[in-house]
Amino acid sequence: MIPTLSHYLAVAAVLFTLGLFTVLTRRNAVAILMGVELMLNGANLNLVAFNKFVVGGLTGQTFALFVVVLAAAEAAVGLAIVLSIFHTFKTIDVRAADLMRE
Amino acid sequence: MRTPKKLLAWTVGSAAVIGVVGILSARLSPAMAAGGARPLAGPFTIADAIFWGVAALTVGGAAAVALSRNIVYSALGLLAALLGVAGLYVFLSADFVAVAQVMIYIGGVLILVLFAIMLTNRIGEVNISNASMGWASGGLLSAVMLALVLVVAFEVPWNVRPSGGNPTTAPIGHALLQQWLLPFELASLILLCTLIGAIIIARKEIRAE
Repeated sequence: MIPTLSHYLAVAAVLFTLGLFTVLTRRNAVAILMGVELMLNGANLNLVAFNKFVVGGLTGQTFALFVVVLAAAEAAVGLAIVLSIFHTFKTIDVRAADLMRE
Repeated sequence: MRTPKKLLAWTVGSAAVIGVVGILSARLSPAMAAGGARPLAGPFTIADAIFWGVAALTVGGAAAVALSRNIVYSALGLLAALLGVAGLYVFLSADFVAVAQVMIYIGGVLILVLFAIMLTNRIGEVNISNASMGWASGGLLSAVMLALVLVVAFEVPWNVRPSGGNPTTAPIGHALLQQWLLPFELASLILLCTLIGAIIIARKEIRAE
């Protein structure tokens, strides 16, 4: 049996859901960022799969590349903010970050 | 020593999830419903076995990220999930995106995540690494979401058409420098801003008294 579009969509759906679950249940800021990365990967997998099976051409792959670039930028800034929170509050529990200034 | 047992549990769990998805796909795929071509009756080739292995790697890694008690294991699960997604890109004949996935995500983002874990996580303090709340509500929302997306994935009659597996690196390069030139330059600008912003946010404040 050759993997069809639905198989890729199913894997992407599981990936997205597990990322969503991570974001919803964690209090560790780094783990929340990991969940966001999982969700972005699921969306990217959808883009590339639709590009191959439905649309054709290269638009989906190019868009996936831009998503990867923006995800890298998001991770860098997000982890910098996490480090800053850790320096200020001495913890990375997201419930502790409830002040605009220290 | 509980690690081999845990590894076994993760393997069995991801295999179970893949099995459920496979059975669902076989039950629900439109070709099966129409009584036409047999999705499960075809020859099970080596490529199919590799596909299911890569899919299991992806789902198992994602499950480790979502459910692991220790955040370092979560990072290793993220490694497995990103590698699996890169393999799926190869299956989708998106070679350039696959290589970019390995280089940017595994070479960049994952290293950043590991650095952040090592810099912020006090290893002795276990409760902060896995503190989680709302498993019931989060799990319920995720399950509803998964069911919704899976129904859409398997029930909608997608207008699938065959497309060849040509190399994509050179066409992507041409597209980036012709059709997508402005977004390409904007992305480089965003990366520059990210570089400066991350340094400014994360640097240590040195106060001259």
